[in-house]
Amino acid sequence: MTDYQTESGIVVPSYTRENAQIDPPLDYAGYRSTEFRHPKNPLVLLPHMLTEVTGPVLGESRLGQLDYDLTRQHDDEPIGQRMSISGRVLDSDGRPVPNTLVEIWQANAAGRYRHVVDDWPGPLDPNFTGVGRCFTDSEGRYRFVTIRPGAYPWKNHHNAWRPAHIHFSLFGRAFTQRLVTQMYFPGDPLFSEDPIFNSVPDPKVRERMVSSFDWDTTEDHWLLGFKWDIVLRGPEAVVFEEPHA
Amino acid sequence: MSKLGVTPSQTVGPYFAIGLTWEDGPYAAPEGTEGAFWIRGRVTDGNGAPIPDCVVETWQADADGRFAHDDDPRGAVDWGDFRGLGRSGTDDDGRFAIHTIKPGPVPGPSGTMQAPHIDVTVMARGMLARVVTRIYFPEEEAANAADPVLSSLPATAASETLIAKKSEDGYTFDVHLQGENETVFFDI
Repeated sequence: MTDYQTESGIVVPSYTRENAQIDPPLDYAGYRSTEFRHPKNPLVLLPHMLTEVTGPVLGESRLGQLDYDLTRQHDDEPIGQRMSISGRVLDSDGRPVPNTLVEIWQANAAGRYRHVVDDWPGPLDPNFTGVGRCFTDSEGRYRFVTIRPGAYPWKNHHNAWRPAHIHFSLFGRAFTQRLVTQMYFPGDPLFSEDPIFNSVPDPKVRERMVSSFDWDTTEDHWLLGFKWDIVLRGPEAVVFEEPHA
Repeated sequence: MSKLGVTPSQTVGPYFAIGLTWEDGPYAAPEGTEGAFWIRGRVTDGNGAPIPDCVVETWQADADGRFAHDDDPRGAVDWGDFRGLGRSGTDDDGRFAIHTIKPGPVPGPSGTMQAPHIDVTVMARGMLARVVTRIYFPEEEAANAADPVLSSLPATAASETLIAKKSEDGYTFDVHLQGENETVFFDI
């Protein structure tokens, strides 16, 4: 990363734009709601300048002590298969992204969200809110304890079921790195019919959203461990044009 | 070539409000900050219908055009209780609100100066990735004319969609995801 000041111009890190090749298209017929919610004009290239290469530095004061543990936010434990999800937040150069906020939200074990709009006849769990937050440590590591979410039905097409997933939101260290995505579970039979999972054009890239079961973090008579690394766009060593002499 | 493959985006979905809503979300600048105002707007779809399940995030410099961030080659400054980040879900009428201060001009490449601006992320159910736009200020005519982004927009781009309008308690900035008045969005 090059970052220094020149006399008449400012040089800042530039981030890779490879997400443009791997992200789902905003216009995707399989996911019906995209129809009127995508811009039709071409996007305008925005060079990465100071506002784009910086981002919020949020203090740990935002967190409650148990925000990372979704099974201990109520008087009793939620029903469901207890699990942990842990991994690292890295950039595409392999560098850890430390001290960054990771936010998650998910359905309960029955596939129901604690949200006023979710009214399908799956039971709510009074002991499960489905929201977690943590900061990555100095090595970019994060960890949540939760229960495995269920699949849930939606109205996109007949008999539409979303594969079980946990929503993840990340800031990274720069506005360019902002990412909201979903983490899936290995071998889910619902993958093949899910337009949201399959909206990622490259099947190999889809696999980056799938966690793996992990014996090392599985705890005897306590919980199943899943691992998932999240990779944010990394800096690209590009310098702005030098000013004319 | 990057060493690791980037994780792709997925939609925030219809239920993000349980996870992404913060009580102080709209407050990029805390209540009582001198000179602070509200940026209010409405997010609409290609039919002109309000988008009630949308989240709008803003990111900006402080009043001096500086950042509390090490990647600013001028050095990080201490922001105190200014956060620079605003986050607001939309209501049933597609309306969001961010409480903030006006950013100062920010240097651009090759000695240029960017007009005061706020970067905006918009995410919603029905959007598989975020879209990004910028808010500029109507009273900054000269700075806007010299801004390296505004001044190099393609002729077909509706630059007026990037300029907020003055309102009673600050500014109005509507976001049209699609349609006649489609907002200019950026490839970031």
